[in-house]
Amino acid sequence: MHDAIKLNHTLVTRARAAADDIADDIQRHIDEHTTDSTERATLRLMGVVGVNEIDVPLVNVVIEQARELLPGGIVLPFVDLMLSTGRDAQAVAEGVAAGELRLEAVPPERRAAAELHGVELAVQGVARIDAVRRRREELVGQVGEPLKPYVYVIVATGNIYEDAAQAQAAARAGADVVAVIRTTAQSLLDYVPYGETTEGFGGTYATQENFRLMRAALDEVGAELGRYIRLCNYASGLCMPEIATMGALERLDMMLNDSMYGIIFRNINMQRTFVDQYLSRLINARAGIIINTGEDNYLTTSDAFEKGYTVVSSDFINEAFALRANLEPWQIGLGHAFEINPATPDQVVYQVADAQLIRQLFPEYPLKYMPPTKYMPGDIFQGHIIDGMFNFTGIFTGQEIMLLGMLTEALHTPLLQDRYVSIKNAKYVFESCRHLADEVEFRSGGIIEKRADDVLTRAAEQLEHVQRIGLFKALEDGEFADVKRDPRGGRGFEGVFRTRDDYFNPFFAALREGRLSGPPTGPAPGESVRESQEVAS
Amino acid sequence: MIVRPYGDTRDDGMMQFSFTLPIAYSVKAADVGKQFVERLGFRDVGVAECKAIDPNFTFYVAYGRTETGIDPDEVKGDYLEVEAMDFYAINAYIKEHLGRRLSVVGAAIESDAHTVGIDAILNMKGFAGNYGFERYPEMEIVNMGSQIPCEQLLRTALDRHADAILVSQIVTQKNIHVQNLTKMIELLEAEGVRERFVLIVGGPRINNAFAKELGYDAGFGLRTTPVEVAAFLAQEVARRAKSASVQA
Repeated sequence: MHDAIKLNHTLVTRARAAADDIADDIQRHIDEHTTDSTERATLRLMGVVGVNEIDVPLVNVVIEQARELLPGGIVLPFVDLMLSTGRDAQAVAEGVAAGELRLEAVPPERRAAAELHGVELAVQGVARIDAVRRRREELVGQVGEPLKPYVYVIVATGNIYEDAAQAQAAARAGADVVAVIRTTAQSLLDYVPYGETTEGFGGTYATQENFRLMRAALDEVGAELGRYIRLCNYASGLCMPEIATMGALERLDMMLNDSMYGIIFRNINMQRTFVDQYLSRLINARAGIIINTGEDNYLTTSDAFEKGYTVVSSDFINEAFALRANLEPWQIGLGHAFEINPATPDQVVYQVADAQLIRQLFPEYPLKYMPPTKYMPGDIFQGHIIDGMFNFTGIFTGQEIMLLGMLTEALHTPLLQDRYVSIKNAKYVFESCRHLADEVEFRSGGIIEKRADDVLTRAAEQLEHVQRIGLFKALEDGEFADVKRDPRGGRGFEGVFRTRDDYFNPFFAALREGRLSGPPTGPAPGESVRESQEVAS
Repeated sequence: MIVRPYGDTRDDGMMQFSFTLPIAYSVKAADVGKQFVERLGFRDVGVAECKAIDPNFTFYVAYGRTETGIDPDEVKGDYLEVEAMDFYAINAYIKEHLGRRLSVVGAAIESDAHTVGIDAILNMKGFAGNYGFERYPEMEIVNMGSQIPCEQLLRTALDRHADAILVSQIVTQKNIHVQNLTKMIELLEAEGVRERFVLIVGGPRINNAFAKELGYDAGFGLRTTPVEVAAFLAQEVARRAKSASVQA
């Protein structure tokens, strides 16, 4: 690791302490609330799938019927019905949807039995997630682990079958991670669509069936290439924990999963988002999924040169929330971006400073580095060079997840050939500069060190300010991305419930229970090939 | 005057291509690409790059000359007279010419439950990497969402002293959008407030000519990015403000 900029460690300690305090304050709020989406995710973890005759997911139907019961949690009333009817979770949900069963408050004499069975179901639900995690570990062990940085690309055709074909082509060209962009505004849907889909606007619906289809396509191409290809989607929006559940069960490997993105950029209610991010992250933690945070978005709104420090502050906050949700450092892909205006003299010098600073602040984390978007021109030739400088900054500062820029960023969702030339660009830069950072040192007192110190100082000051006023107030004031949000406003507020003292949801404890394995490991690319050649000779 | 692409001599007609064919690379792949470009009507075609990017796809970079020319004066249509501007120029323009924030109210009206269009234009995130109006510091946005009755949209626009109303119509089955859009116009006229607002409609089946025919000030179709609508709005609202002050 290139650990070359001298940092003021007092500032680092102050920043982290403030972020811890900020997260603790919100965590108290989280622990006292639930949401309809959190309860729907709980039903999904219990095995409820499918939709009714008008395509409303059964979990939505059940939760709508049980709204007044939600302050106590869905688990007890639901499990009580399972016990009294002798049916499994799916059959009970279908019965409720058919109007044949009704969810009621559980009388005290039946509570103990329901709790006991609820705990059993939680253990079973978590065991399903664990089995999927083990399957990933097996596959990575057999197939192989790519060299870092991971080459991360996006597909977004709207048609899952086209997506699968494009993802395979991208993997063959060198992609290690494929993210399927969701259709415009899926994050604002208060339900998760169902089944395979072949139409979308600027992306493809995140559905469990689409997850499964894409997973199969990537497993197939990964086996062919000798590299496990990771699948990424978005556990964000109004259905954050539900999508995390689906991803955990269908072996997604990465999830965009930010603690504040929905609040700031989607105007989703902040109380709702904080509660939802917690369960979604507990699930991701359990599933061995790497989360990606969305700080890059701040810089598409605010100026990247002036407001670079907000990215660092937010990374500290996202780190604090992630650790509270049981995620391990190797799973926390903190985000940042290459968004300083290319017309700025010494642009790349400043980008290196910011990227190197974040690298050194979060040494064990697989940082997610986002490419230029804001200033990408319609002139694709110029854009391709800007992307090259992004790739250079990434390899030079040891970033681990590189979302590749596309030369046609400003124009359209990537064409097959856009991804191909973009991957070629990245591979060339990564291989040609792989050890450059080991060979040079940053000048003491130079532009880079000064910039890093300035950004860190401002981040620590901002975090201490947020610590004083509280995160709700800070979001109300527009501390991040210059966007102001009302704590009682935004979408999904009607789905936030203050929990009663007897709230019961055994999944939270079950998801934390037991010791988990670390990151999956496997042979590096070419290793197994070399071995077999040696055997042959 | 007829013009042709200019490579390094006038009228050489030189153009460059990059494209992908869904074929496996083989010894004849280069000729397949060359003949494809020739069928487009190009001559002196040269294939500069021909590579497999997948077992099923071959990528090309090619050059060719065209004899096709065009007379720019013969290109006519019902265009929006808008000067292209970027995010920064639009904000600066509003500041300079209006001296206050430009107020916009938008909704998908009546039966239409789709927010995809209105969100693409108004939501912070925007569309195709192009930021929505919420991100413009010089704009003030109310995004009412979908299934908003015309009456409610108008009431909000009046309450907010909106400069512009954005109407989205995604669903076009049985021409339902025409009914909805006509209702909006009739309401504005019945209330005698049509002239108060720049009225814009957007949707996958909308174009400018169609919008004008219905009585709207402008129409935007598929793949419209927020910046295009913002540039039109900034210029149109400023033009109206100026002519109002001249009259006063």
